[in-house]
Amino acid sequence: LAASGRRVVFMGDDTWEGLFPKKFFRSYFFPSFNVKDLHTVDDGILQHLYPTVDSGEWDVLIAHFLGVDHCGHKHGPDHPEMTKKLTQMNEMLRSLVDHLGNDTLLLVAGDHGMTETGDHGGDSEKEVNAALFVYSKTALFGAGPPEEPEAVPQVNLVPTVALLLGVPIPYSNIGEVMAELFSGDGDAVSAALQQLSVYHINAKQVDRFLHSYSLVAQDLPAEQLQRLQELFSSAVEEHSRLLAQVQGVTLVPPELESRLGSLIGRFQLYLREARAVCTQSWARFHPLRMVGGCTLIAASCLLCYMASELAAASDSFYRSCLLYPLLWGSVVAVLLGLARVLTQEGLDLLLVSSWAAAASQLGFFWHWWGRHPKRARLAGSQPPLASVGLRQRLRAWLGLAFPMGILLFRCGAMFSDSFVVAEARVAPFLLASLVMLLVGKLHWDGRLTVPEGPKQQLLGFSSYRREIWYLLCLVAMLLVCVRLSGFFHQCREEIPQCRPSLFLSPLASLRNTRAKNLFYLLCVALLAGLVYAVRSWLRHYGNPNSSDPLVLFVRWGFPLVVVCIACYWAVASSADDSLGKLQELVQVAVVAFPWAVYGLASVGLLLLLCNPMTVFAKDTRESAGSIVTPYLGVPSSEADFLHVIPQIYKRMQESQKSRLERGSCKATVAAYGLGSVYSAALVIALTLLGFLLMLLHSERLSLAFLLLFLEAFMLLHIHTRARGLAGDAAPFSVPWYAVISWLLAASQFFYSTGHQPIFPAIHWNAAFVGFHLDHSTNLLPAVLVGANTFASHILFAVGCPLLLLWPFVCEMPSLQKRKSKKEPREELQEVEEHMMEMRLRESPEKFSTALLQLGLKYLFVLGTQLLACVCAAMILRRHLMVWKVFAPKFLFESLGFVVSSICLLLGISLVMRVDCAVSSWFSQLQLR
Amino acid sequence: MKEAEIRRLLAANLLCVFSVILTAVVPAFVWDGFTVLGTHLAWLCVCSLCVSTLNIILHLVLKPNLSPKRSSFGQKISRFLKCCIYFFMSCILFHAIIVLYGAPLIESVTETFLFAVLLSTFTTLQCLCVLGPNIQAWIRVFSKNGAMSIWESSLQITTMCSILGAWFGAFPIPLDWDRPWQVWPISCSLGATFGYVAGLIIAPLWIHWNRKQLTYKSR
Repeated sequence: LAASGRRVVFMGDDTWEGLFPKKFFRSYFFPSFNVKDLHTVDDGILQHLYPTVDSGEWDVLIAHFLGVDHCGHKHGPDHPEMTKKLTQMNEMLRSLVDHLGNDTLLLVAGDHGMTETGDHGGDSEKEVNAALFVYSKTALFGAGPPEEPEAVPQVNLVPTVALLLGVPIPYSNIGEVMAELFSGDGDAVSAALQQLSVYHINAKQVDRFLHSYSLVAQDLPAEQLQRLQELFSSAVEEHSRLLAQVQGVTLVPPELESRLGSLIGRFQLYLREARAVCTQSWARFHPLRMVGGCTLIAASCLLCYMASELAAASDSFYRSCLLYPLLWGSVVAVLLGLARVLTQEGLDLLLVSSWAAAASQLGFFWHWWGRHPKRARLAGSQPPLASVGLRQRLRAWLGLAFPMGILLFRCGAMFSDSFVVAEARVAPFLLASLVMLLVGKLHWDGRLTVPEGPKQQLLGFSSYRREIWYLLCLVAMLLVCVRLSGFFHQCREEIPQCRPSLFLSPLASLRNTRAKNLFYLLCVALLAGLVYAVRSWLRHYGNPNSSDPLVLFVRWGFPLVVVCIACYWAVASSADDSLGKLQELVQVAVVAFPWAVYGLASVGLLLLLCNPMTVFAKDTRESAGSIVTPYLGVPSSEADFLHVIPQIYKRMQESQKSRLERGSCKATVAAYGLGSVYSAALVIALTLLGFLLMLLHSERLSLAFLLLFLEAFMLLHIHTRARGLAGDAAPFSVPWYAVISWLLAASQFFYSTGHQPIFPAIHWNAAFVGFHLDHSTNLLPAVLVGANTFASHILFAVGCPLLLLWPFVCEMPSLQKRKSKKEPREELQEVEEHMMEMRLRESPEKFSTALLQLGLKYLFVLGTQLLACVCAAMILRRHLMVWKVFAPKFLFESLGFVVSSICLLLGISLVMRVDCAVSSWFSQLQLR
Repeated sequence: MKEAEIRRLLAANLLCVFSVILTAVVPAFVWDGFTVLGTHLAWLCVCSLCVSTLNIILHLVLKPNLSPKRSSFGQKISRFLKCCIYFFMSCILFHAIIVLYGAPLIESVTETFLFAVLLSTFTTLQCLCVLGPNIQAWIRVFSKNGAMSIWESSLQITTMCSILGAWFGAFPIPLDWDRPWQVWPISCSLGATFGYVAGLIIAPLWIHWNRKQLTYKSR
């Protein structure tokens, strides 16, 4: 309209300003967001409406009143306020009619109705139907108005108004003109002719649109398109023939008149069918497929849960429950593929894969069911044992109730748009609650107090163990971390009073030079601190002693990476104009430094894959006397080779020395850092990944990453402590609360690294780290942006095996303290306690089972969240907020699920790789 | 003996419930424009004051923990001072925990602190009344099979219910219903109050129900 020189005047809802900026000839915008404000917009319009109408400086005048809608939202349709509002509107119309000229058409339309509660957005009859009021001073209907006026689809307004104003119908219109408005004031025949011509124009436009649309997109069914095409061409032919006849004669015979009528009917039919086809194929949900997908996810979750419960129980588990179902699935996939090839039917890949998955799951459940009766019979033969098992199971269920309750809350939160919007605060809240619950439960069970002697019991006295303070400190630090991470949140538009975090903008946007320098130094110091912390952690467990390439990399590569990142940040955040001549150099540096980091990190990861052992083995026969390092383990004999033990405390060292001298005739090997091989590899991998991801984020978000590492560390420690205090019998299974808190932390840091599950919040800048504004393919930027978006998912998923490993790494100090106090002389026993992760090697089957179980538990929790998301998106698919809240959330969640599962697999396979390396190392040692 | 004691507990608890209800109703007559939602801070003060005075009076009248030996005046004073310090510390601690749970750090400090005071009234003050400033006893009471009298069982139940109520009170805050009680900390303090009241009512009933199973160790 604006392009064709019509003067469009707008008044009302300021949303239009965002939709059509600077398109209006004149405009009066009023703030519309506040639903409680019933009058601002309406009063504003009323103030300007009549003067504008009278001035005549317009071709189209749009007045968007909002009061009725807001009133419906706030009070509902049956409220005195609504009466007032409607009366006001009525008054407005009455006086507006007096201001109208003779050639003016007044259209009053509601864009939607409302439900009993005054809301809308659904698809109920009351919501999608609204009144349409058309008024003109000249008569519109030749005869009296029809008894039962038919409903006018909203899309019909577009061509009608366009043709009435004399502008072409918009290209993508599928509406049909309202014939009544084109009858003019002549006799019936001329009216019919006029209507025929507008229908002709309209049909030609729709046909053009459908034609070009079907060339681009394939989603309109071909045979229906064909039918439409035929309808159109025959109608057009008839039209041209008729026109020729009409032009020939002056007085139209009655039979021609009836033909005119039927032709109009045909055009109408064409337009309506076209619209029906389009609406059918565009607004189409596949309820069957949706339900199918949901069941598939639910079944997978159930599978994960059962498999994780079963994995520990049975031995031939792998073959029966994992391998066969896989075969089943692949067989079904192949069959379907063959069927597709044979029948030449357009069977899409999605369906094939989902059927395959369903088949494999059926296979799993079938096998499981087949095994179940056997086990039941076994249990039945030993009734006393069964009852004990039942009671234990009941207790286990009660223990599960808390973490599962938290998970349930989290899943329930996905079903409310407000909770999805506020999820950035919900996840930390739940995490804090879970940890506090854990501590409270430990206390309630009396695990935190020293077992009381009879005397103390009389007095009602009990005292805390000393570790409790450590645990409480850890919890407090964790809570502080969780709270601090709340300062890095991005905002959603649904919360208007929210201000995005300061830390999200890149340093380059800071005006204040001093603040910029300060922040820069802080970030670099944090990076250095992270490297220092990782290195000292490794040193504490005796890993970085050897001269392996990996260890060298940890020693020298890490600082180098930090230097590169720091340089990149310095270059990227420096003011553009200050460097003058150096501009070209800066351009090079902006690209070169990230590439250096990428290169170094990939070298590091490769090294990690090639030789993941960070163990320093040393033959101590010749230098037995000179050993002063505290990291020393000694196998007592050849047979005990698996018991190569790292040793940490100097107290132990003296006793060791004496034993060394005793056993120095035998081959003794000192291995440094064997106790934490697995976790060392994981920690190194995590640090490298952390560097990469930090590089992709804006500078100041490295603070958030530091918090992430700290929080993960705290969680691991709390988990370890809680386990130590609870005195768990099964060291090889990770409890549910740990997995759930790990995942809650992951989703918490999704928000704390400045992300939100909405598209405007994606950090597109990440695609240009190390690239100068051009990409040859779409894949690389997608990977970069994806890594940026799902940074916390990646880190936490890769670090997931640490949940299993950490208690083994940390078990030593607590055990030793207690033991050495009581019986300081029994070194031999102590020595065997300090196996750390080497315990895992003692029972390889258990180790692999535990890894599988952990992975399955993690997948189960992830899958449950995804399921909740999918169900929310499915059930609420007609919700007002579905495209703004639920659908993006669903997309982000499912992508996060994919990324997390892949990273989980990577993390687990890294552990397996280390395991292989350790085995080969041992066999080499034995050969020597 | 036991029945009588349960009846006394019930009476005391009902008194507390009554006082909580009164705090919501009575000030409106005295003070124009007083509503629980509108002048929430005032209500918080009134409620915590009333509940604490009532609790102290009840404690003095009923004397659930019969101390075997008479203590001197100086000891009483030091006990009282200790109680005050404990109460204040628990307020600070609750404040810190609430902030760590996501309450605003700088804005609405008064609201948060008064909410912490209310929570302390519902939890710490009860403990102080029943158990005295004796951390060891507190630790004992809040563990499995730790309660040694019906008063202590009741204490367990009311404390947990108050904290649980406050926790659940946080749930409606993000919802977009635009109700006046969704503003921080109204929903939480209301939740805590409801939890407290529910705990007061549940406790005697629960003890009555389970009086066969509850065998308290004699001191």
